[in-house]
Amino acid sequence: MAEVPEPTHRRRSHAGTRDLERYAGLFAERTTVMRSSAMRDLMAITARPEVISLAGGLPDTSTFPPQSFAAQMTRIAQESAAKALQYGPTEGFEETKDCILEVMGAEGMLPDPDDIIVTTGGQQAIDLVCKTLIDPGDVVICEAPTYPGAIPTLCSYQADVVQVECDEDGMQVELLEQLLAELRAEGRRPKFIYSVPSFQNPAGVTMSLRRRQRLVELARSQEILVVEDNPYGLLRYGGEPMPPLYQLDGGDFVIYLGTFSKILSPGIRLGWAVAPPPVMEKIVLGKQAADLCTSTLTQYFVREYFAERRWQRYVDDLVEIYRSRRDTMVEALRTYFPAEATWTEPEGGLFIWATLPDYIDTSDLLAKALRADVAFVPGQAAYVDGRGSHSMRLNFSGVDEDEIREGVRRIGKVIAEQVELYGTLTGEHRVPEPATEPQPNVVPFRKAEEA
Amino acid sequence: MKVAVLKGGRSLERGVSLRSGARVEDALDRLGHEVLAIDVGSDLVKRLVAERPDVAFVAMHGVGGEDGTVQELLEILDIPFTGPSAAACARCMDKVQAKDAIDEAGLPTPHWFAFNQTAFHEFGAADALGRLEETLGFPLVVKPSRGGSSLGVKFARSPGEVPQALVSAFSYDDRILLERFVDGRELAVSILGDEPLPVVEAILLEGDRYDFEARYEIGRTRFACPAELSAEEERAVTEAALATYRALGCTGFARIDLILGEEGPWLLEANAIPGLTDTSLLPQAAEAAGLSFEQLVERILDLALTPQGVS
Repeated sequence: MAEVPEPTHRRRSHAGTRDLERYAGLFAERTTVMRSSAMRDLMAITARPEVISLAGGLPDTSTFPPQSFAAQMTRIAQESAAKALQYGPTEGFEETKDCILEVMGAEGMLPDPDDIIVTTGGQQAIDLVCKTLIDPGDVVICEAPTYPGAIPTLCSYQADVVQVECDEDGMQVELLEQLLAELRAEGRRPKFIYSVPSFQNPAGVTMSLRRRQRLVELARSQEILVVEDNPYGLLRYGGEPMPPLYQLDGGDFVIYLGTFSKILSPGIRLGWAVAPPPVMEKIVLGKQAADLCTSTLTQYFVREYFAERRWQRYVDDLVEIYRSRRDTMVEALRTYFPAEATWTEPEGGLFIWATLPDYIDTSDLLAKALRADVAFVPGQAAYVDGRGSHSMRLNFSGVDEDEIREGVRRIGKVIAEQVELYGTLTGEHRVPEPATEPQPNVVPFRKAEEA
Repeated sequence: MKVAVLKGGRSLERGVSLRSGARVEDALDRLGHEVLAIDVGSDLVKRLVAERPDVAFVAMHGVGGEDGTVQELLEILDIPFTGPSAAACARCMDKVQAKDAIDEAGLPTPHWFAFNQTAFHEFGAADALGRLEETLGFPLVVKPSRGGSSLGVKFARSPGEVPQALVSAFSYDDRILLERFVDGRELAVSILGDEPLPVVEAILLEGDRYDFEARYEIGRTRFACPAELSAEEERAVTEAALATYRALGCTGFARIDLILGEEGPWLLEANAIPGLTDTSLLPQAAEAAGLSFEQLVERILDLALTPQGVS
């Protein structure tokens, strides 16, 4: 028998440049739109331990009771080990869907369980919807700014992404109507409209009821699909609950995406999509091709967790924590940001969107901020066309209140330096003074009516 | 041989440095050396003293690792290291110092003016902007004096765009320069020891030529190596690069970036520790010269252990 040679090296050798060129000829067309940039390298530095990162979108998992976690995992091991370690149905377990129905029920939705598919996080739900609906060059409409994590997904399916401006009441549906008319005149039918109507990522704004109704009317009358991404709906810290688009529409033209990430844990990678049966059929095929089924182990975990009947209390706890963190961030912004800056004051969710004077590029500001050991997401990440360079996304859920205060103070300081420098350069010697009086609800978006 | 690979650190180019470092570690490993990987932090001196490597391979980019700081420590600890000396690194890192040295050596570099923040804050330098804009003309380029890749480099196409470009550049360094824009082919000459390697040309495939980001995005810029140059052009370019390398006191290796305009080469800057990743230019140039990455790494080590004076 021939002897198997001993492996000689611990690690695989890196490819040479020539090798890379050889592979380049094999890459799919879609990889050319997946871009890496200097900004990605900058973001890598935000992981340094001394950096206060307001850049993440992390929920606080530190308050999840470890004894509850241990008890559930023990129960799974004792009672259902074999099943929890086995493949499961592509659509997900019926028991998981029961949990999903509870969560959706809490926001007034009651879908048919057969319309639901359990996915590997909400991100996979976005991917599967794109896979099902987008051919290269198809128009997809989303908000401006939009969820930064949706952009690479849309781009990898080579969608032609068109963004519709938001104001404090969410996507400006009036502008959307005009856009739809223009597209119709060009003979182009958008495949879907992607929206995060409640406590939007990144802007923190919530779509008004009037706009929700109008959006659903448009979708129904023009037979266009709306993809409603609602990870934060239950994280409301003030104001009145809004009906989800799915509820207003009844599920004919709205595809609904949900997740356990923000109400339980992002680490379990459990989300879902709800779609009309013909669409769901295709999504299931797509899911089968992608990963056969969502982790059965974490589905069991959710099942056990929901059986304790305290998931809503945990959400209530999170709401208390996040409300207080939001208040701290807003207070800190009022104290430390210069008067030229504006920001949203969200009624829920995880993010505040701040906008600076137009001579400040937030990607460059990030370099300066990182020297002061603080990080945020530059606004450009939320646009496909390079806009957003004067805005930033700030997260208030993932760090404690002292860090929020200190982080905002540091960012405020570097902004103030930029403002002063610009004043010196242009001869307008504006010495920035942090606003001492609490400002009224300052938002970076004007109402459409005023524009 | 025990080789310490210094990488990472706190600079904005930490990401690239970690990739450079990982690739060097692989190569050293395959060459049979004992590799000591160090993500540079506050325990650097302690670790170097405890481990006593025979040589340090500096795979750091940007402020801290490429500006002579780490090199000075290594000189004090008497550990041989790769790349240029501390003094040469400091000169290359600071574009203003580098341009001064290039200019003094009688080599062509685009006309420039340098400022630090104090000049604007305390001495009203803004009032001088109009005059120097007239001298430099538009478009002009605004750069942070110390900074790598394209970070903070902006074009201003009109006087109105200058203040904003300055604000961006000052985000990266307290000193900036305004430079005359010269049009031409973008070339990079890597020098190993005293030998120029084949010239690399960066060719922008799509997008705004004034968008510096585009130059570093995969798919938007193509690199041709060796660049298609006439024998005369090639001689002019490599001679200018070599003269710059010497003027800056570089040893070991460095990469000289320049523009080949109609009148000949214009020297822009020198990179004391060019990237060593899969897509970096120095390894590409070495490969075009028939050197594998391992051979390149071995040669760089040899140069570190048999230091030569500035020729």
